[in-house]
Amino acid sequence: MSYHSRRCLRSLPTITAIVSCLLLALPFYASGQEPVTDSVPADTAVVIEAAPPTTVLSSDHKYDDGDQINLSWVPSIDETLKDSKVIGYKIYRAEDGGEFELLAEIPDVDTTNAYADQEVEHGHKYAYYVASVTETGEYASLETMPLEPEREWLDLNKAYLFIMALIISGAVIIYVETAKRGKELFVRKIAGLEAIDDAVGRATEMGRPVLFIPGIHDMDDVQTLAALTILGRVARTIADYDTKIFMPVSRSLVMTAARETIKSSYQAAGRPDAYNDDMVNYVTDEQFGYVAAVDGIMVREKPATVFLLGAFFAESLILAETGNSVGAIQIAGTARPAQLPFFIAACDFTLIGEELFAASAYLSGEPRQLGSLKGQDVGKAIAMVVIIGGVATATLAGAWQMGFAESIHGWLMEVFSTN
Amino acid sequence: MRQTIPLFITFFIGILLIIAVFIPPFGELGETFTLFFDIMAVFAFFLGGGNLLRVHINKLRNKKPDWPYSIVTLSGFGLMLAAGLFKINNPGDIAAAVDTAGSLFYFMFHAAMVPLGSTMYSLLAFFVASASYRAFRAKNREATLLLIAAFIILLGRTPFGMYISGWIPDEVSLFQIPNLAVWIMNSPNLAGQRAIMIGIGLGVISMSLRLILGIERSYLGGDK
Repeated sequence: MSYHSRRCLRSLPTITAIVSCLLLALPFYASGQEPVTDSVPADTAVVIEAAPPTTVLSSDHKYDDGDQINLSWVPSIDETLKDSKVIGYKIYRAEDGGEFELLAEIPDVDTTNAYADQEVEHGHKYAYYVASVTETGEYASLETMPLEPEREWLDLNKAYLFIMALIISGAVIIYVETAKRGKELFVRKIAGLEAIDDAVGRATEMGRPVLFIPGIHDMDDVQTLAALTILGRVARTIADYDTKIFMPVSRSLVMTAARETIKSSYQAAGRPDAYNDDMVNYVTDEQFGYVAAVDGIMVREKPATVFLLGAFFAESLILAETGNSVGAIQIAGTARPAQLPFFIAACDFTLIGEELFAASAYLSGEPRQLGSLKGQDVGKAIAMVVIIGGVATATLAGAWQMGFAESIHGWLMEVFSTN
Repeated sequence: MRQTIPLFITFFIGILLIIAVFIPPFGELGETFTLFFDIMAVFAFFLGGGNLLRVHINKLRNKKPDWPYSIVTLSGFGLMLAAGLFKINNPGDIAAAVDTAGSLFYFMFHAAMVPLGSTMYSLLAFFVASASYRAFRAKNREATLLLIAAFIILLGRTPFGMYISGWIPDEVSLFQIPNLAVWIMNSPNLAGQRAIMIGIGLGVISMSLRLILGIERSYLGGDK
């Protein structure tokens, strides 16, 4: 059966089919013959409980990999009736001219008249129809024309994001180049980082170890990477001072990476003989098992200095309070805003958010790295201007209904909204 | 060479993943690399498990301080590993999931691991109290503000807050303690959090660029 004939048959509303059958049967009755087709008997009453949905449209989802088709329809007119019998819709789909199969059931008739089919592939054609569902039957709409989802090579929805990324990245690179040419850049003092040498020195004087906790996430978290870059600097100081460092970790990959980092720092300090693998130990991946082990180490070893740098969750305060109870000087830092108050309450110094990422550049004092910090300031300046502009235009639009302010506010929302 | 190869890999993969964000056909590249990372992490587990065994066996062999605890660690490790690997007491066939209800692994996880984890987590309540006691001392102006804000929020989250401020007329209902608590959370608190989030976002961009461009090398031991 060809696609068009099947489409024609499928799309016939039930009532049309009945009328057609009756028309076909007429010549037989006129000639006194019984109809030979299995048409509806004359005494059978056919009740149409609901009209099918109309104007079923399928459209390609823009700026994707050809993996989504959007479907919309005008709901069954029966939905507007007080005693509507429509209890939902069913969506059927045929791929490349094949048989129609049930794709989805939509029970909520009040709010839903659209569907995003994300189970499609570029290179195939898809046709759909939607059926109103009642307690006793289904009433199908017309079919849509077959549609092949298109693959786009540029996501223009992210054009503004791309431009912003270019501006901020460009600013970082320009400042790095400026710093390379020898221009002095001012970077404000960060108390937590200024205290690192003193903290390691304290451990040396007291003859007690330094404990370094790199959070509980793996190497795919940028906070862990930031922690390891700080570890590189801290380990160099520790190697110079000949202090003991102990680093229990909760991820195997962090263990291997941290060992390499410390080993390299000891080599750079000219003391490769002082390094040994036992400085870094794997404990467990389990969150509170790790906390129990680290707390035990703190209580037994009584470290003079504790670094808590990386991604932390509920364990942040348990670790910080235990460190506090053993009298350690504590330097903490995380990019998780929910954990920052705990660190601020329980630790001596806290690197707040971006300071964690700035730490390595700050500690190195290297012009190129400091230049990257200055590049961030351009991003902050843009954020400040946008926030002030957004507040001003929203106020003008809301309080005085100024059209131009509303337009600017809408544009700012479009450009800077994360949704 | 020891630094050049990791730096090249970081540069190549970093640039590729940035481009992938803007090119839909490459959109799943991030997930693919995450999968590669997971595979690597599974193999790295052997290193971690091996390290755990080595440390505790050494501790036992040399009778280091607190060595009896190593027996507990090694027993737990061995028992859990055996229960999972050999699917001891697993209902169903060998293909059944290791954590099927009724298996020894399931029993040990729910009868030992979960209660032990909950016990550690419950310590948080006491630590919150001790940390709050120190943080909320009105040592200076900022600490006093923190103390007042915390007091309002604590009261606002209890029926007592409404009980003592319910008489305030509806025209100035913002000053009813529960409403004041909501305002503190939604306005000054949220504004502060968003400022931190913007800083974090910019910090991540800057740090990522330093890593991708090879400016940041301290995780490789710094410049040689």
